[in-house]
Amino acid sequence: MAGLEDLYKEIIVDHYKNPRNKGTLPTPPAVEEPGTNPYCGDEVVVYVQVDDGVVSDVAVEGRGCSISQASLSMMSEAIKGKPVEEVRGLIDEFKEMMTGAEPDAGDVMKKGELAALTGVRKFPDRIKCAILSWNTLGQALDKSDDNA
Amino acid sequence: MALDVAAIKADFPVLARLVDGQPIHYMDSAASSQKPTAVIDAMENYYRNGYASVNRGAYQLAREATQAVDAARTAVARFIGAPHAHEVIFTKNATESMNLFAQAWGRANLGAGDVIVLTEMEHHANIVPWQMVAAEKGSEIRWIPITESGELDLTDLDRILDGAKVVSVSAMSNVLGTINPVRRIADAAHAAGAVVAADGSQYVPHLPTDVVELGVDVFVFTGHKMLGPTGVGVLWGTTELLDAMPPFLGGGDMILTVTKEGFTTNELPHKFEAGTPNIAEIIGLGAAVEYLEGLGMEAIREHEVSLTAYGLRALKEAYGDDIRIHGPSEPANRGGIFSVEYKDVHPHDLGQILDSHNVYVRAGHHCAKPLLQTMGIQASARASVYVYNDESDIDAFVAALAGADDIFGF
Ligand SMILES: Cc1ncc(COP(=O)(O)O)c(C=O)c1O
Repeated sequence: MAGLEDLYKEIIVDHYKNPRNKGTLPTPPAVEEPGTNPYCGDEVVVYVQVDDGVVSDVAVEGRGCSISQASLSMMSEAIKGKPVEEVRGLIDEFKEMMTGAEPDAGDVMKKGELAALTGVRKFPDRIKCAILSWNTLGQALDKSDDNA
Repeated sequence: MALDVAAIKADFPVLARLVDGQPIHYMDSAASSQKPTAVIDAMENYYRNGYASVNRGAYQLAREATQAVDAARTAVARFIGAPHAHEVIFTKNATESMNLFAQAWGRANLGAGDVIVLTEMEHHANIVPWQMVAAEKGSEIRWIPITESGELDLTDLDRILDGAKVVSVSAMSNVLGTINPVRRIADAAHAAGAVVAADGSQYVPHLPTDVVELGVDVFVFTGHKMLGPTGVGVLWGTTELLDAMPPFLGGGDMILTVTKEGFTTNELPHKFEAGTPNIAEIIGLGAAVEYLEGLGMEAIREHEVSLTAYGLRALKEAYGDDIRIHGPSEPANRGGIFSVEYKDVHPHDLGQILDSHNVYVRAGHHCAKPLLQTMGIQASARASVYVYNDESDIDAFVAALAGADDIFGF
């Protein structure tokens, strides 16, 4: 089996132990969206505030394994201040990076810390841990659209 | 007689496997056990040399298959101390057994306001079927609580049992390892006028079982945790209860006659075995029972108590307060299940790290979410032992936990 160093890269452990943007946002104006993985019980809550088509603020909370929580923290940094359209693109790119045939397709991924999560691909049963927060983010943005 | 674990390991082909050039430590038998050659051979022999369906064909192969299923039923009945082989109903697994009982008995006997009593340490298989009938019938579910140490708190038992129609309890917890006082609960429940069922999924594989001594009316368990194949489980019930209980699935084999107007039910056990059964799996379970009998259930229990004592001690000696082991601390009151929390490492990460040392454990909620909620945890990492485990497996488990320190630097 693949070495654990591919899974538990330093940056991932750092995000796990020191989660960024941890907390809640008042709703409204933000929207709140919970997500869970029924099999392993990982939990995330994503708060996003959208102003003029831009993710102006984000906060996240959760309980779960290092991969699910690190991915949540890294995501929160990657989307803050970005236009919603760009963030939606990021969601697709991230999922492609984790599950698609061409993990290197997305330029943004190559530059960012998020690329550290590509190591998870070698551990197929952990991919769902990494993707949970991004799926939840997608639902949060849908909710935000509905409210707009 | 003590178990000869080296000889036993040799009976399980998969345990000879090397992964990354190293031996494996299979410590997930509470989820599902490995299979000895005797079981694999019995199933293969049926398919290769004697395949036919059962109960009808008037030819040699069909007679042999029918006899093999009958022999498996007799072996299982003997193994659990059932007074009659016809009280042993073959199902797909413990989950199906409990659904069968909850649906067939519950629909006929439960009504609005009737009380169903469960415990806080049940597997979902002994919760959800009852929630389904309770919703349909407007019945109430009461829960026997657990103590800090993971044992049933029977202080209020009489009040909880007041008005109970059915009580269904785990004989041994799949998360805590706790062996519950089934007899005591059954006697109290009977005195209160309730029917008593027990979930023996974790109990039957590991302890000498006598359903009469346990004092229950219904007992369910699953084949794949006791060296048998997947796809076969057992519902045992007293003749009296099973005779009075309406059938569950309708179809072939469960009828005496069918007309356009209706049907009459066959006698036990066929009344509850509609359709062509899992013949090979039933034969495999029979072989598993004979293998376990060959080792001796007393000897198996003794082996596991001593391994449990060894493991509890080794974990504490190595990690002190950095490790939390759920469930009773006294090996005599528990099975060989080690549900642990190690420092702040999440159970899934712990499972992954153990996997990299070829130590195979289960991480998750173990299908006992209400219990984990009561305990205030989201998941646990669980190692469990069986006949083929020895101190070297425990040592590997204990040593591998420290691997988490390198990664998380706690
Ligand atoms: C206590 C207990 N009950 C019931 C079950 C369900 O067994 P199965 O999935 O084979 O039906 C299990 C095993 O998962 C168990 O541990």
